[in-house]
Formats: sequence, structure tokens, C-alpha cells
Amino acid sequence: MIKFILKRMLEAIPTLLVLITITFFMMRFAPGSPFSGERSLPPEVLANIEAKYGLDKPVLEQYFSYLGSLAQGDLGPSFKYKDYTVNELVAQALPVSAKIGSIAFIFTVLMGVSVGTLAALKQNTWMDFSIMSTAMAGVVMPSFVLAPTLVYIFAIKLQWLPAGGWNGGQLQYIILPMLGMSLLYVASFARIMRGSMIEVLSSNFIRTAKAKGLPYRHIILRHALRPALLPVVSYMGPAFVGIITGSVVIETIFGLPGFGKLFVNGALNRDYSLVLGLTILIGSFTIIFNAIVDILYAFIDPKIRY
Amino acid sequence: MKTAKTLAASLVSAAILSTFTTATFAADVPAGVKLAPVQELVRGNGTEPASLDPHKTEGVPESNVIRELLEGLVNQDGDGNLVPGVAESWETKDNKTFVFHLRKDAKWSNGDALTAHDFEYSFKRAVDPKTAAPYSWYLEMTTMVNAAEIIDGKKPASELAVTALDDYTLEIKLEQALPYFVAMTSHTTLKPVHRATVEKFGDKWTLPANFVGNGAYKVSEWVVNEKIVMARNDNYWDNDSTVINKVTYLPIENQVTDMNRFLAGEIDMTYEMANEHFKRMQKEQPDSLKVTPYLCSYYYGFNNKKAPFDDVRVRKALSYAIDRDAVAKFIVGKGELPAYNFAHQKVAGLQVDTPDYATWTQKERNAKAAALLAELGYGKDKPLEFTLLYNTSENHKKIAIAVASMWKKTLGVKVNLENQEWKTFLDNRRNGNYDVTRAGWCGDYNEASTFLSLMQSNNGNNDQFYNSPAYDGFMNGAMAAVDDAVRSDNYRQAEAQLAQDMPLAPIYHYVNARLVKPTVGGYPMNNAEDKIYTKDLYIIAK
Amino acid sequence: MLDNKQNSEALSEFADKLEIEGRSLWQDARMRFMRNRAAMVSLGILVFITLLVAFGSHLSEFAFDDTDWGAMHHAPSIESGHYFGTDSLGRDMFVRTLLGGQISLLVGVMGAFVAVLIGTLYGATSGFLGGTVDRVMMRLLEILYGIPFMFFVILLVTFFGRNIFLVFVAIGAVSWLDMARIVRGQTLSLKNKEFIEAAEVCGVSKWKIITRHIVPNVLGIVAVYATLLVPQMILTESFLSFLGLGVQEPMTSWGALLQDGSQTMEIAIWQLLYPAAFMVVTLFSFNYVGDGLRDALDPKDR
Repeated sequence: MIKFILKRMLEAIPTLLVLITITFFMMRFAPGSPFSGERSLPPEVLANIEAKYGLDKPVLEQYFSYLGSLAQGDLGPSFKYKDYTVNELVAQALPVSAKIGSIAFIFTVLMGVSVGTLAALKQNTWMDFSIMSTAMAGVVMPSFVLAPTLVYIFAIKLQWLPAGGWNGGQLQYIILPMLGMSLLYVASFARIMRGSMIEVLSSNFIRTAKAKGLPYRHIILRHALRPALLPVVSYMGPAFVGIITGSVVIETIFGLPGFGKLFVNGALNRDYSLVLGLTILIGSFTIIFNAIVDILYAFIDPKIRY
Repeated sequence: MKTAKTLAASLVSAAILSTFTTATFAADVPAGVKLAPVQELVRGNGTEPASLDPHKTEGVPESNVIRELLEGLVNQDGDGNLVPGVAESWETKDNKTFVFHLRKDAKWSNGDALTAHDFEYSFKRAVDPKTAAPYSWYLEMTTMVNAAEIIDGKKPASELAVTALDDYTLEIKLEQALPYFVAMTSHTTLKPVHRATVEKFGDKWTLPANFVGNGAYKVSEWVVNEKIVMARNDNYWDNDSTVINKVTYLPIENQVTDMNRFLAGEIDMTYEMANEHFKRMQKEQPDSLKVTPYLCSYYYGFNNKKAPFDDVRVRKALSYAIDRDAVAKFIVGKGELPAYNFAHQKVAGLQVDTPDYATWTQKERNAKAAALLAELGYGKDKPLEFTLLYNTSENHKKIAIAVASMWKKTLGVKVNLENQEWKTFLDNRRNGNYDVTRAGWCGDYNEASTFLSLMQSNNGNNDQFYNSPAYDGFMNGAMAAVDDAVRSDNYRQAEAQLAQDMPLAPIYHYVNARLVKPTVGGYPMNNAEDKIYTKDLYIIAK
Repeated sequence: MLDNKQNSEALSEFADKLEIEGRSLWQDARMRFMRNRAAMVSLGILVFITLLVAFGSHLSEFAFDDTDWGAMHHAPSIESGHYFGTDSLGRDMFVRTLLGGQISLLVGVMGAFVAVLIGTLYGATSGFLGGTVDRVMMRLLEILYGIPFMFFVILLVTFFGRNIFLVFVAIGAVSWLDMARIVRGQTLSLKNKEFIEAAEVCGVSKWKIITRHIVPNVLGIVAVYATLLVPQMILTESFLSFLGLGVQEPMTSWGALLQDGSQTMEIAIWQLLYPAAFMVVTLFSFNYVGDGLRDALDPKDR
């Protein structure tokens, strides 16, 4: 186990390096500079600004100096948010995304798995049908429709919850964005769980167990649940990263200071250092979570080896 | 109000020695109005400010926040007139050398005295290449002596012709006579910064823990992409007249979200107003809807270098065939003014002739347009075909669709629409990779040159590549004019030249529409630059 | 403009692929699929929607780009001929909804198809071969995952211009990543099963084991996930339009219509409801067809 983790950590370094390199050069090839705006700057003013941020140097030199400061944990100054460094911006957004992301993730997995299991057990009944219809609606409903609808009902008409804001993450500010964020994933988890459970329930070893006359609940919990969770666990990787990096739509609508908005604003403004910093962070999340998923596989199916 | 004691910005009067006495210009609560017990204001502010350092910013949201935090030599009142800020009075004999007399009771938020040396330091900092201020060219626009050379790195920043004659007297020398110079000093770039704080904290001086300012408010909390909270600055010289204790700015990019949070009661003033919802709000929230003129022009630029747009007849035909009334009324529909001139018609002191085509009916324009294209051999069998470029936005998209459909219907022109993400769009527009492009321009100060200088052949923002010696001549004439009437006449001729050459097709002049709670008192209805000072507002008890 | 032929071609191509390898396994599957009533009804609906989207716009007197200042935000009515109402520029929503389906159906099906094809093979290969190959393939996936999609799209537009083909490149590039992870997970577990071990002992080639034994056994979950992908790809397309790729006005897509409709929910709900309804019905049908396929292809059911 420890060996596995160490190996993964070693592999992460070249992976991230490739990712950084590709992203770095991709951004430089994109049209527009961090400092172009509606008013074009006089060349001498532009030159002053570029000199200040080191953009006047050859691209390769910029690349290596970026790697140099990265090695010391310095993600550089933000080009867009000029009063902040990327480290500070990340430190400000991380708790927000982590808090709402982890709550949404736990909610999503628990809801998705239990609802999906329920639908599978009641396959082809009205309950299965209504659960799956709701799930399908959840998959189809884009967040830019869902979120304003939630706001309209709960904030404007009923006035139960605030329409936006974060305010340090008090509960009432979390509920609506969390719902807006998780519905798609709850629905997806439910669909996957249902499909997987139905498949497992029809497999030979469950039939054998049934034939032996074991109690139904026992069969489900002890025998069916674990193998059925396998694809759900696979999907947890992408889902977790998707939720934690935040949905820019949800963050924009609810005014949350999380990663999603930072990333999109960074990209649209060509804030090279901010985008790179967040790419590294999100890349690391992906790598870590995939490693966790691989460890979970071994728990679900002890026969799995790497 | 105190109009008798104020200098109207519109009176770009030739230099007469003018002196002012101290007066309070802050919140002017009419008698009989009962103030609410809680004096707090929440405003939507579009996007997250890039910085709170006046020498690092360029956008409107930044200026809105900085206006609360830092006070320049002069302020504006609700009608856009100049009123004293830190400067109590000012004088000039020739519109070239200006002397400002600073008030002696002005202080920084940490209690330090605010002196003329602070302004000297700040202006020099703004032009210093080391500061790398994106708006440093603004000082070049004022023609402050040596500004251009300093920005270019040819002279040290200390050579800028701004001098503190003593602690409370500031002298500024210009290269050209500029009667509207005083109005220009209300701009964000010419706000003072606190030297000791800036030198101690560097880029971090604007953070709440470090911030020192001289405005009516100071930063108390700043969460990027969530909010900026400002508290009353007790050391502000006119603190006694300030009514609102706390003001919060929220960066809300989506107009519908902005509106929804207003409707949920979380915001007192929105940033803008979505076109689609304007009519609905007129019905549902008539007391909250405020529409004011706003110094921006919306236009379509032709690529004057590229065939067939190098032919004035093509440009004219396309311009004539745009039904501006329909665009203003049906598509934006918030009271925008159909435009036939480039500079916003509410620009102070601007007098232009109505171009001929503005007086025709749309039918006549269409007929004339069709005739012009026919002259060039374009017709049903050989339709003119080109691409209309715009940056991604709901509003631009709708206007593009509408105008393209007008062109198609009246001229049989085939238009391909192409939207691009903002920076890609800018890159292509700047490099001339377009046929026709959407554009907009907002005034930096309330005078015609802020618009008209744009079309000079040497202007870096002349993305239409318009090059007319006649036009340049009028503009140079206006800049050199000592007499107001001469300048005004030059502007008039410059606009006439634009109507004749049609390097761009003006479409409409902006208004600013926003939702403001009826409990917010003192909201200025006639400030065309949308300069709103929270210190002038107050919350009325329900 | 896009022809819907391509759409049905993609479908039939898919069906052909299924049939080429048609031994009794595939014939069996077809029999079972035909017996599934929900799946057959859904397939019928899909065919109907495809036809409607392809030819339905002729049922209206309006063109898709006819603006009409006199009929902005017109509610649906039979008399006016605007069966689905009009949009904010007075254009007929009926015609636009049908027209929008062309690109959206194509994108949805294409995305799912790429995901099934590349994602399944990539995942199964990685999981089955294991060891270093697996590790390299998975790290590669992580890199592809991490690359900022926005810049990828911006570069596509910059270097190749606006081109409908690029929409498919962009959609294809992202659609298969999750699928590969899921299939790999299933494969890891499958490869320890007796029947795979038996095949290996018998000397069946690795490629054959993957295509003959692994892939059919993961198809169930693949079908479920593919139906989840369709709506996501349709919405991704509207995001591409934001960056300057994708369909351009006055053409439209369901994603773009939903986006516009969401801005005017409070004043003209029909601008959202009709495209949404079409999308929901289509996706329900895809869903049941997917379930039907899953049941039909499940090797354990034989």
C-alpha cells in the first residue's frame, strides 16, 4: 500500500510536468495578451507593463523561470488581479470550493447510490419509473436553467433562502448552490448505480445465493452492493474533480468566490500564471483522486492487482 | 444644491481666474426626509476589480470602488458639474499653468495630513514606467509637461511638471492650453495614493489590512469574486456630512443574476439592466427603475483599408440601411438614442450639425443605399458578401442579427455573422482581420475630444484605419484652439467629415438603466459619466 | 447548413458496425431488442423526431431567420402560425426548434459514439494489459483531463477558423475521457474472472480477448453512460459557441436555444419550454434505447 502510494507520487511529477508544459505553450499561442483591452495601450506603455511581469523575455526563458519559482512553491503574480499573487487567490478560493464541493460530493454519492439501488431493486415498477424520470430530468436540465429556477422559487417568491453570496459559508448560503451543483451528478450516479445493480443481480452468484434461500437484504448488502459499486467508484474520480473545480455557472449565479469563476476569468483574461496555477492544482486533484479510486477498487474486489 | 458655487463642467470656459470657498457637498438630505436607522448600501458592480490601486486600473468597476476610497482634486455633483474635492479652489491665467489650493483639513485615513506633496508623488508615480500604469497615457492626454517623454523612458519621472509649491498649493504645467483640464483631474488615474503605505507594502498596499486612503470610505473586507466591503472613514474631511456607514460592492457579471438578487432584496443598486427584462421591470418595479444618459457610443466600424470597404459608397450604403430607430426601440429599448454622429450627443458643450441622412426617412435611406450599391454593380446576381464580427454577448448578438437581417432585406447583402471570445476579438480587430466589426467607445471625461480623437489617423485605437488629412486637420485645430468657439467649430466640422466619409456607422448612444431601491435617496439623475459617490446618498426610512 | 443525412448516416453506420460482426450473438441481441416494447417505442419516437427535425421546418410559413419587430416575444398560437411562439427578435420558434435539433442530435450522437468507440477500447486495453501500459495510459488520460479545454478550443478557432467539423473534433476530444476510466475499472475486475483466464490459457490473442470477451461484458455500463453523455455534449456545443466555435447565428442549436430561453424565463417561458421538451423527449428515448441495448447485449442473459 505504502509502496503503491509512493510510486504514484513519483509518477505524478512527470505527469504534471507534461501538463504544465502543454498548458504553458498553448496559452502563449492563443491570441490576445493579458494586457489587451478595449483601449489599446500605446506601445511604450505596453512595453513597461510587459517588462514588469517579465513578458518581454523570450518564451523559453519565461518557461524555465516559471518552473524555477514553481519548484519553490511560488505560482507567481496574477496578471488580472494585480493586487494578489496566484498563491493568495488560490488560498482564498480553496476553502470555498472545498467546503461546498465536499458537501455536494457526499450528498451526491449518498443520494445517487441509494436512489439508484432502490430503482434497481424495484426494476420496472412505478417507483423505478418515477426515480429514473426525475434522474433523466436532472441530467437534461442545464445548470443555467436549474439555478435561476431555484433562485426564483426559494429566494424571490418564497424568500426562504438568500439568492446568492457566500459570507464565510453559512448553511443558508450553501443549500441552493449545492443543489444546483449536485443534481446532474446525483442523476448520473443514480443511473449508473441502477444499471450496474441490475446487472449484478442477474449474475450467477446472486442467483446461487437466492437459490440457497439467503435473506434478500443479506444478499443485497453482503453480496450485490460491493460489485455493483465498481462503476460508481470509477465515476467518482471525474465527478469529484468536476464538483470541486466548481461550476462557473453556479458560481456566477450565486456569487461564490470559488475555483470555477477564477479559472474562467483567468482564461478569458489570459492571466497566464493564474490559469497555470489552477491547472496544476486541478491536475493534482485528478491524480490524487484517481489514486484513491484505484485503492478503493482493491477494497471492492480484492482480486484486483496493478 | 450649491450650483451657484460650482463650476459647470460644461462651461469649458476660457480661463478666467476663478476661486471657490469651502462648502459641504456631501449627502444633501432634504428637510422632512426620515432616515432609516441602518445606513448601509449594497451595489452590484459588474466584474471583480483588477486592482484598487488607481495607477493599475482601467475599467469602470475599478473606478467605482476607487471613487469611494480616494478623493482627487475635484469631484462631480449629481449633474456632472465639478465641485471641489481635496482642492478648495483653483486658478489659471492661460489654461496652461494651473494652481490648485488644497483644503487644510484633508487627512488620510490613518490621520496623516494630506498635502500637495502627496499629489506630486502620485502623479509622478502614475507616469513612472516602473509603475507600469495602463492608463499612464491619460497624463499624456492632459499634455502635462514631460509626461510623454517619461512614459517613453526618455526622462526620469521626477521631471513631470507637477510641483508642490507649499504643503497646500499644487502647480501643474501643460504643454497646450487645455480649458477642460480641471474636469480631467476627476479621473481615477489622478487620484492620490499614500506614499508611506505604498512604499512599505508594494503591490499589497490596497489590501484591507494595509489600506490607507483619503476618501469617504476605507476598505474593510475584500474577498475576490465575492465582495468588497467599505466602512466609513472617520478621518475624511467631510465625514460629518456622510450618511451611509457601510457600502458593499458585489462583482455580479450576469445581468439577470444582478436583477434577481435585487428582487430578492439583497442589493440596493444594480450595475446594469438586461434589455429583455426592462419592459417587465417597467411594469413591476416602476419606482426602482432609473435611466440616465451615459457617455458611450455603439457603432459598427468598417475596415477602411480593405476592399470593398475602402469605397465610401459601400460604407454609406451599409450605414444608411441600418434602421437605428428599430435597434434603439426594439432591441435595446431602454431609451437609447438613435445615433447619426459618433460623439455622444450629451457630451458637454458639443454642438454638431445633424447630418443629411439623419433627416431622411428610413425608406429614403434604404433607397439611397440600394442606389449606391447598384452604382458599384452589386445586385441580386452579384450580392455583396462579407463577415460581421462581434464579441460574444447577448446584446451584441441580437443587434448583429437584426442589422444583418436589415441589410439582407433592403440590400440583398449576404452577411455572415461571426462571434469571438473577447481577447480573440480584440486581436483580430486590432490587426484588421475583419470586414465590419462591432465597437463601442466610452468617454474618459466629459468633452468631445475623448470621442473624436479616436478617429485621428495616428490614434492607436483607430481600428477602422480611417485616414483623413481633413479630419486630422480639424482635430489638430481643435487641440490648438485657444478660443472655445473655434474649438467647437472644429469639432463640428470633424463630425461633418465623419458623416461624409462614414468610416464607421454610429448606431446608438447609451443610457444607463439600473434598478435602485426607492429607499435610496440622493441618486443622481443627470451625471452622464455615471459618477456616483456613496457619500452623497442616504437611505430613507420606509 | 447541415444536412440531417449525416446524422442518420452516423446511426446506420453504427448499426452496420454492430451487424458486421453479426454472429448469433448479435442476432440474438437484435431479437431481444425487438421484443423490448419500451425500447422499440423509443426507437420509433427517435426516428420520428429525426424526421421532424430534418424536414419539419417546411410545415411552417416562416423562415428560420425572419426577424419581425411586430412579433417579438409572441406567445404560441395557432392563428398567427407561430405554433411555438417567437423569440426576442420575432423569429418563429417552431422552425428554430426543429432546426436546432439538427446540429444537437448530430453532436449528441457523435459524442456518444466517439465515447463508446475510443473510450471503451482505451479503457479495456489499459485495464486488461495492466502493468506499465496501464500506468502510462492512465497518466496520459490525466494529462488530457487537465489541459484547459477553453484554450484548446480557442486555439482550434485561431488556427483553423470557424468550421462545423471542428465542433466534432472538440466534442470528440472530451467525450471519451470519463468513459475510459469507467471501462478500465470494470475491466480490472473482469480480467480475474474464470472465463477470461480460461481464454488466456487457451491462447486466444490479447486483442481478441479484449474485443470478444471484455467489451461485450462492459457494454451494459457503457450503454448507460453513453446515454448520460448525450445531453452533456449537446450543452457543451453551446459553450463552444460562446468561444466562437459551433453554430453561428442565425443558425441555432438546442443548447443555444436553452441558453437564450433561460435568460427570458420570466417573460417568455415558451422560448425555454419547447426546445427543452424536445430535448427531454429525445433523451428519454435515447435512455430506453440504451437500456434496451444493454439488456439485449448482456452476455449473462443468454
